[in-house]
Amino acid sequence: MYVAVKGGETAIAHSLDLVADKRRGDRDVPELSLDQIDQQLGLAVDRVMTEGSCYDRTLAALAIKQARGDLIEAIFLLRAYRTTLPRFGASEPLDTTRMVAERRISSTFKDVPGGQVLGPTYDYTHRLLDFSLAAAGERAEAPIAPADATHALPRVGDILQRDGLLEPPPSRNHGEARDLTRDPLVLPASRPLRLQNLARGDEGFLLALGYSTQRGYGNNHPFVGEIRYGHVPVSFVPEELGFAIEIGEIDVTECDMVNQFAGSHDVPPQFTRGYGLAFGHAERKAMAMALVDRALRAEELGEAVTSPAQDEEFVLAHSDNVEASGFVQHLKLPHYVDFQSELVVVRALRAEVEKRLEQAALAQAAE
Amino acid sequence: MPSSPSIERRRRWLSILAKAPGARLASLWQALGPTPAYLVLRRPEIGLVMVQGRISGTGAPFCAGEMTVTRAAVRLDSGEMGFGYVRGRDARHAEIVAAIDALGQRPEWDEKLEAAIVTPLAHEAEARHRLIAARAAATRVDFFTVAREAGA
Repeated sequence: MYVAVKGGETAIAHSLDLVADKRRGDRDVPELSLDQIDQQLGLAVDRVMTEGSCYDRTLAALAIKQARGDLIEAIFLLRAYRTTLPRFGASEPLDTTRMVAERRISSTFKDVPGGQVLGPTYDYTHRLLDFSLAAAGERAEAPIAPADATHALPRVGDILQRDGLLEPPPSRNHGEARDLTRDPLVLPASRPLRLQNLARGDEGFLLALGYSTQRGYGNNHPFVGEIRYGHVPVSFVPEELGFAIEIGEIDVTECDMVNQFAGSHDVPPQFTRGYGLAFGHAERKAMAMALVDRALRAEELGEAVTSPAQDEEFVLAHSDNVEASGFVQHLKLPHYVDFQSELVVVRALRAEVEKRLEQAALAQAAE
Repeated sequence: MPSSPSIERRRRWLSILAKAPGARLASLWQALGPTPAYLVLRRPEIGLVMVQGRISGTGAPFCAGEMTVTRAAVRLDSGEMGFGYVRGRDARHAEIVAAIDALGQRPEWDEKLEAAIVTPLAHEAEARHRLIAARAAATRVDFFTVAREAGA
């Protein structure tokens, strides 16, 4: 139990000044601008927007600067900011088939319609430090090749689905999705609610859980049906207009994972799916999310629930790094009263034990 | 009632204007010269829109996360109302979109705005998308599966 304390105002104020000083660092080094963070640390911005659950590159860059690069602290700052804003409503669901893709790959079909487009990826780098980056200098622009930007990219899922080899996703006709930030999470949760939880969830936590399924703790034999990253328009129906308009474009990464399913008494064997969606370019997150989404469907698909990644309560209750970090870090706050009472108890118990041992020793000596 | 462009036309304008870079829209609006005064009905207001995704891209919707959005509303002296909704927190962007939405409902401004602002922005957006697609296309790959030869 935490009991409030008073005092320490001056020390706290000075600590904040010291944080600001450390944030600025050596004054001989130029200060970072938000544009620099946005443009040159873009993947950090993407992670903060995804787990902060708020798409705004400039705000995420500001949060990263304020948090001195501590991304979980930055996510906390962005989450706190969003609570100060009114909600205008919910968008129309994104149509990622219309994505202007920078990258689209499938590891299930070599000759996927639309082609394998690597885009900007670290997948085929050698992970050798590039010392040329240590020096400033002009960098060449990326090469181009003829392309058709207006062409919609066919979905790998649709190809498999046509033959009945892949389960179709849950029906579109669900109206507006329920929202975790509005209604408390009740278990068992629907798949849309689970996905919202995972979308906000900590990348590291989901990565470890996804990895655990691959190592056998709830294995579901995954293949990357498709990963795509690029720009999609967001449609919204303003109440004053009554018709949908596009209010902007955002970058998203999606992963449609294809998994084995042995079939059941009623359903012939077919592939099942897990889905991941993240703001910006965040493939590791989208893949981990898709693995965990699929693992959490164990009960629905009649699989034994034996592992942490399949345990809905365990996963959904511990995925949020703002909550987790808050509860772990609150241990640093003064717990003096709490600890004092435990001290009293432990001293009393020790005294009792010592007395008993003394008496036993006396009795032994008397014999 | 002033004659108003069809909903389809208004939808197209509002979408192109919202997706344009705010600074670029502001400079085109500035270059237009004198425009009729308008009353700001709703000062630019920053809020959130919950972005929905679909399971596996095509299935049931779910809440993917929010985005910041700025909205504004204006009214011309002649009565037309205009609304601006734009991603992000650029107040000027939202207000200019609202002003153009209102002004575009006036027949004498319609073509001028289309030619001076909407069409150029649409072309620029296409060019941006073409560049993205062209850079991506340069990374298109043909993987070869290395199959065992017969008898090997």
